[in-house]
Amino acid sequence: MVTPTTPSTPSPPSTPSTPSPSPTPPTPPTPPTLSEAELLRLAGSVPDPELPVLTLEELGVLRAVHVGSAGSVEVELTPTYTGCPAVEAMSSDIERVLREHGVREISVHTVLTPAWSTDDISPEGRRKLRESGIAPPRATRAPAPAPVPLTLGPTRTITGAPDTEPLRCPRCGSADTELLSRFSSTACKALRRCLSCREPFDHFKEL
Amino acid sequence: MTATTAPLAALALGDDALVLSHRLGEWAGHAPVLEEEVALANIALDLLGQARVLLSMAGDEDELAYLREERAFRNLQLVEQPNGDFAHTIARQLYFSTYQRLLYGQLAAGKTRFAGLAAKAVKEVAYHQDHAEQWTLRLGDGTDESHQRMDRACAALWRFTGEMFQPVDGLDGVDREELRTAWEESVGQVLGRATLTVPEGPRTGAWTAGAGRQGVHTEPFGRMLAEMQHLHRSHPGASW
Repeated sequence: MVTPTTPSTPSPPSTPSTPSPSPTPPTPPTPPTLSEAELLRLAGSVPDPELPVLTLEELGVLRAVHVGSAGSVEVELTPTYTGCPAVEAMSSDIERVLREHGVREISVHTVLTPAWSTDDISPEGRRKLRESGIAPPRATRAPAPAPVPLTLGPTRTITGAPDTEPLRCPRCGSADTELLSRFSSTACKALRRCLSCREPFDHFKEL
Repeated sequence: MTATTAPLAALALGDDALVLSHRLGEWAGHAPVLEEEVALANIALDLLGQARVLLSMAGDEDELAYLREERAFRNLQLVEQPNGDFAHTIARQLYFSTYQRLLYGQLAAGKTRFAGLAAKAVKEVAYHQDHAEQWTLRLGDGTDESHQRMDRACAALWRFTGEMFQPVDGLDGVDREELRTAWEESVGQVLGRATLTVPEGPRTGAWTAGAGRQGVHTEPFGRMLAEMQHLHRSHPGASW
């Protein structure tokens, strides 16, 4: 879906509300002389609306920035989950940041292919997640995009399943954790509890 | 892909996702435990995201969702069935998520216009299927009461499952026979592990229910649509 978001009340960068100390007549806004790499860096510096400790670049959702012939800028964004409600907020935040840097014509497109994976989260992003109490996703790109089995406890005749790579508590580092719910505060997280320090924590699910 | 038939396929898949999303959303405020409420709402959100992409392939997503009459919807009758007790919801999830994962798996490997979305969504649906399987095991292999209820739910919804393997106009590159075999194997295996029996009785043929893909729906669907469409029809263009 194309999301050509246009904020209803954008303040034009050419008319700052604070009086300018310079007596020179107002100059036209800086033309978008920024390179695609610089624009990509700017757009990538926008914090994720739901996990503000991460930037969009660290989350790996920013795919490309193209500068058109008339100086218009086109941004390609991919959602983490198809139904991720943060995409619209991301789009308008990107628009705002680029507008502040003199880009006047911006369109943000949502692209689905290739599908985003938690492997796209940068090492720095993973470190920040762990620091903010969220267990980062484990690598998935090894064999197939199958979900990591999140098995509940035993039933009358089932005696639990063998564990895969252990998931560590982001607070105390213990590998002794249990799943409380495979869906948590957002679609991308599961809720777990550490059996050592007893704290519940979110786990960014492998996708 | 042809211009005339592809929108029908987009409607069929989009309506499946939209209608099931709405049904799961009805659990908000009513689920047995808070974690489960959050889980069902998250699954509903994934499905809504898929529905938006698919319906946008066929036209204006809001018009299609809010302004069509019942007979214009192309979803399976399975997904419009009421939530019932929790076991009914889980049985519906097991049947549908297994179907959707297998179908999207095939579409993701193909070259139709659905390949991109399917590749994205199949990873989400894998979690939906895992959720349904875990609950099927929990309920089927749980207490006598939960076993009975899960058994009843699986049997009650069985007659709606044959429709999943009927041809869909414009949905090219799907091997329906392979889909059916894989579905039966997967669902049968889960039911077996859950100490439940695979329901008997006609799933296809004269006794089967299901013509949702032709726009024929069951009675509860009209009431669901009335609720889903009421706000938009009463206040056109309303926004938050």
